[in-house]
Amino acid sequence: MTLLALTFVVFGLMYLAPGDPAEKRLLSQGIAVTREMLTAERERLGLFRPFLTRFGEWLFAVLRGDLGVSFKDDLPVLPKLLAALQNTAILAGASLALSLLVAFPLSILCAYRKGRLSDHVIGLFSFLGNSLPSFLLSVLLMYFLCIRIDLFPVIATGDFSGLILPVLSLAIPMTGRFIRLFRAELLLQLSMEYVTGLRNRGLKERYIIRNILHNALGHLLVLIGLQIGSLFSGSVVIETIFRWPGIGKLVMDAITARDYPVIQGFVLLIGAIYLLINQLTDVVMKKLDPRIEVRYD
Amino acid sequence: MTRKRIWIAFALILVGVALCAGLIAPHDPYETNAALIRLAPCRAYPFGTDQLGRCVFSRVLYGARTTLSAAFFLIAISFVIGCMIGMLCGYFGGIADGILMRIANLFLALPQMVIAIVIAGILGGGLSGALIALGATMWVHFAYQARSHTYMIKQQAYITAARLSGKSSLYICLYHILPNLLLPLATNALTQIGSTIIAISGMSFLGIGVEVPKPEWGAMISEARAYLQLAPWCVLFPALAIILTVITFNELGDLLMEKEA
Repeated sequence: MTLLALTFVVFGLMYLAPGDPAEKRLLSQGIAVTREMLTAERERLGLFRPFLTRFGEWLFAVLRGDLGVSFKDDLPVLPKLLAALQNTAILAGASLALSLLVAFPLSILCAYRKGRLSDHVIGLFSFLGNSLPSFLLSVLLMYFLCIRIDLFPVIATGDFSGLILPVLSLAIPMTGRFIRLFRAELLLQLSMEYVTGLRNRGLKERYIIRNILHNALGHLLVLIGLQIGSLFSGSVVIETIFRWPGIGKLVMDAITARDYPVIQGFVLLIGAIYLLINQLTDVVMKKLDPRIEVRYD
Repeated sequence: MTRKRIWIAFALILVGVALCAGLIAPHDPYETNAALIRLAPCRAYPFGTDQLGRCVFSRVLYGARTTLSAAFFLIAISFVIGCMIGMLCGYFGGIADGILMRIANLFLALPQMVIAIVIAGILGGGLSGALIALGATMWVHFAYQARSHTYMIKQQAYITAARLSGKSSLYICLYHILPNLLLPLATNALTQIGSTIIAISGMSFLGIGVEVPKPEWGAMISEARAYLQLAPWCVLFPALAIILTVITFNELGDLLMEKEA
C-alpha cells in the first residue's frame, strides 16, 4: 500500500516535471534533432498517452514482474537494477561490516572506561566522524591518500584496491554514529541492577559482559536497522563520486537522462528493500528477546 | 557551562559571518580574473583563488550565507507547517488524522535523503528544487512529534477546564496547546540544523542543489575536486567551513538534548 502510493507520487512528479526524455535520448545520440523526429520518438516512448493510463499499465506490468524498458537504451529495467544492486550490496555490506567490527569493541571499551582518557579519545573521534558527511570525507581521503601519499587509484576500478576508499568514506561516519549509540546502550545496561547483583555474587567480568551483550543485542540490532537508510543515501552519493557502478550511480544517470522507467523501478526496489529490512529487524529482535512484545504493550 | 558558552559564541559568529558576508569579504565572490588563476593562499587572497581566479575566502564567506539561510529557511517552513498540521490532527483526530498518518508513513517508508535526491533530480536543479525535496520529508517529523505531544496535552485537566468554560477549539489550540508544544519542537528543530546543512551541501555537491556560479560550500568542493592536485585549498577551505559549522550546530543540539533529558 505504502509502496503503491509512493510510486504514484513519483510517477506524478515525473509527469509534471520539466525535461523531455525523448529530446535527451535523441541529443545523446549526437544527431541534429528535428521536430518530426521528436514527435515520433515521444510517440514511440508513449509520452502522449494520458497519465492514469500510463500509471495503470506500468502497475499491471509490475505485478507480472516486468519493470519495463529503459528510455535510454531500450534494455529491460529489472536486470539492470539487479546488476547494479549487486555492486551496491558489496559496497554497503563491506562498509557495514567494517564499521561494526570497529565500533563494537570500541564501544565496549568506552562503556567500561567511562570518563577515562580512552573514552574521551574515542568519543572525540566518533564525534568528528559523525559530523563529517561522506561526500566531504571522500574528497578529503582522495586528497590525502591518493594525491599526497599516492596510495590508491582515484577512480574506483573493479578490484579490491578501488573498493577501499568508497568503503572508508561510508564506514567512518557510520562508525562514529554506531560508537555513540552502542556506548549509550551499553551504559544503560551497565547501570541496571542485575549487573550489580552479578558483581556482588563475585562473578567474573567476562561472564557479566556476556550477559550485558545478550540483553543489549536486540536494541543494538534496531539501531543498526535504523542506519540502513542513511547507508542507502550515502551509497548514492559515494557511488556517484567514485563512479562505482551501483544502483546510486544508475539512478543519478537516469535522473539526468530523464529515464523514467529506471527511476520508477529504483524507487520501488529501494522502498521494498527498506520495508523488508524493517520487518526483518522486528522479527529478529523478537526472536532474540522474547520479552519485547510484553514490554511494548 | 563554559563549554556551552563557547559553542553558542561559535554559532553566533557563524550567523554573524553569514549576515555580514558583504562587509567582511575582501573581493566580489563572482568576480573572475584570468591573471590570478589558482593562486596559493597569500595576503590579498587568504584562502587562495580558484580555477577562474575568484577569491576563495570571499566565496566561503558568502557560502555561509547561502547554506545557513537555506537551512534556517527550510527548517522554519517545515517547523511551521508540521507543527500546525500535527497539532490540528492530534487535537481533532478523525479522518484528517488518519490521512496524515498515512502520508507520514509514506514519507518515512523510504530513507529521507534518497527521496530528496530523486525528487530534486526530477524537479530539475536549483536550490528551490532541493529545498522542496528536503522539506517534503522534513515536515513529517515535526508533524509526528507535534501530534504525539498534542495527544498528551489534550488529556490534561486544564484543557477540559478551558473547554468547560466555553472556549472554542481554535482558542484552546492557539493559547493552551501551542505554547506547550513549542519548546520540545524547537529543540528538535535546532538539532536538525547540522544534518540539514549536510543535506543541502551534499545535494549541491551532486549538482542538484544551488546553480553553479552561486557560492555554496558543497558546490565549491564539487567544482574544485577536478583540480584537487593543482589547488587543494579550493577544496580544503570550504570543507573546513562545513565541518566547523556542522560540529558547532551538532554540539549545540546535543547540549540542548541533554538539558531536555
